[in-house]
Amino acid sequence: MCATCGCADGAQIRHQHDDGTWHERGAHQHDGAGPGHGHPHDHGQTVTLEEKVLARNDMLARQNRDWLRGRDILALNLMSSPGAGKTTLLERTARDLAGELAIGVIEGDQETALDADRMRAAGCRVVQVNTGTGCHLDALMVREALTALDPPEGSVVVIENVGNLVCPALFDLGEAHRVVLASVTEGADKPVKYPHMFRTADLVLVSKTDLLPYLDFDLARCTADLGTISPAATVVPVSARAGDGIGRWYDWLRQRVPPASLDG
Amino acid sequence: MHELAIAEGVVDTVTQRLPGARITSVHLEIGALSGVVADSIRFCFDLATEGTGLEGATLEITEPPTRCRCRSCGTEFRPDSPIVLCPCGSADAAVLAGEELKILSVRVA
Repeated sequence: MCATCGCADGAQIRHQHDDGTWHERGAHQHDGAGPGHGHPHDHGQTVTLEEKVLARNDMLARQNRDWLRGRDILALNLMSSPGAGKTTLLERTARDLAGELAIGVIEGDQETALDADRMRAAGCRVVQVNTGTGCHLDALMVREALTALDPPEGSVVVIENVGNLVCPALFDLGEAHRVVLASVTEGADKPVKYPHMFRTADLVLVSKTDLLPYLDFDLARCTADLGTISPAATVVPVSARAGDGIGRWYDWLRQRVPPASLDG
Repeated sequence: MHELAIAEGVVDTVTQRLPGARITSVHLEIGALSGVVADSIRFCFDLATEGTGLEGATLEITEPPTRCRCRSCGTEFRPDSPIVLCPCGSADAAVLAGEELKILSVRVA
C-alpha cells in the first residue's frame, strides 16, 4: 500500500498524476510491479466525492417526511417575505377551523416568541424556533421542533419559515406541500424577482387583497407571471382580515388533510 | 445569506467523508437554478473553512448551463434566466440541468 495516499484500500479515491492521467485507488502497486507506474508520483490526489452539498439536510427531511406520514400528519412549509401576513393568516385559520382541524405550528424567527404567543392565543400547539443570525429553517431544526411539538396523529403542522424570499427555498424540511404568500403591498413583481421561491410552490396565496383599492397592484399580471414561473401552483387571492378568498384556502387545506382527521 | 450555511455544509461533508485529511482544493458544481450564488460561496468559503482541514484550500466552481426540455413542443432549450420559459411560450418544462449543488471532488495533500 502506498504510505502517502493509501491507494491500496478503498475504491473511492482516484489519483491524479502530473501527466494528467488518473486511476482509481489500488489500480497499481507501488513497488513498480503493477500497471501504469512508469512515471513519478505527485502524492496530492484528487478524491471524487460527487455528493450533494445538501445531502445531509435532504436525508433528515426524508426522515421527517416519513415520520409525519406515519402519523397521518399534513405538514406545510409556509414561506414569504417578512410582513406578508403569514401569522395573521394562520391565526384566522386556527380560529375558523377550530373543532374541525387540530393545527400545530412551528414558528421560525430570528428572535422573539411574539408569533408563538399569537398562535397560542389562537388555540394552537406551538413551538418557537429562534434561528439567531440564521435566515431559514433546516430539516434538523424541524426534527427537533417536531419532537417538542409532539403533534397528535391526523393533525396539521404548519411550519412558518423565517420571513425571507431567498434562503428558505433551498431547504427541504420534510413538508408535504410548500405554500408561499405574496402580499399585494410588496408589489406584483415579486414572483419574477424571486423565482426560486415561487418555482417550487404548490400554492401561492396573494394576501392582503382588502388593500387592493389603495394600491396599483396588477393582480392579473401577478397571476400571469406565476403561471410562467410556477405553472403547477394553485393561485388564490386572499384577505385574512376581510375574509375574501379564505374559503378557497380552507378548501385547499381540507382536500389535503388525511380523511381520518376531519371530524367536523 | 444561506451561502454561508452551504459553505459550512461543504466543510461538514468533506470532513465526514475524509476525516483528518488536509484538503488543498475543492471543486464544486453550482447550477444557475440551484438558488446558490457562486460568488457568495467564494466570499464566505475562507470563513467557513477556518480552523478545519479545508483551511487555505482553493475553490474551483463549475457552473453548468441550464438545460430544459419543453413538455409542450419537445424542444430542448437553454433559458438565460432562472425563469424556465420555452421559446414556444410554454412554461411546462422539465429541467435537465441547472439544479446541481454538488461537491465534485477535492484534492488531498
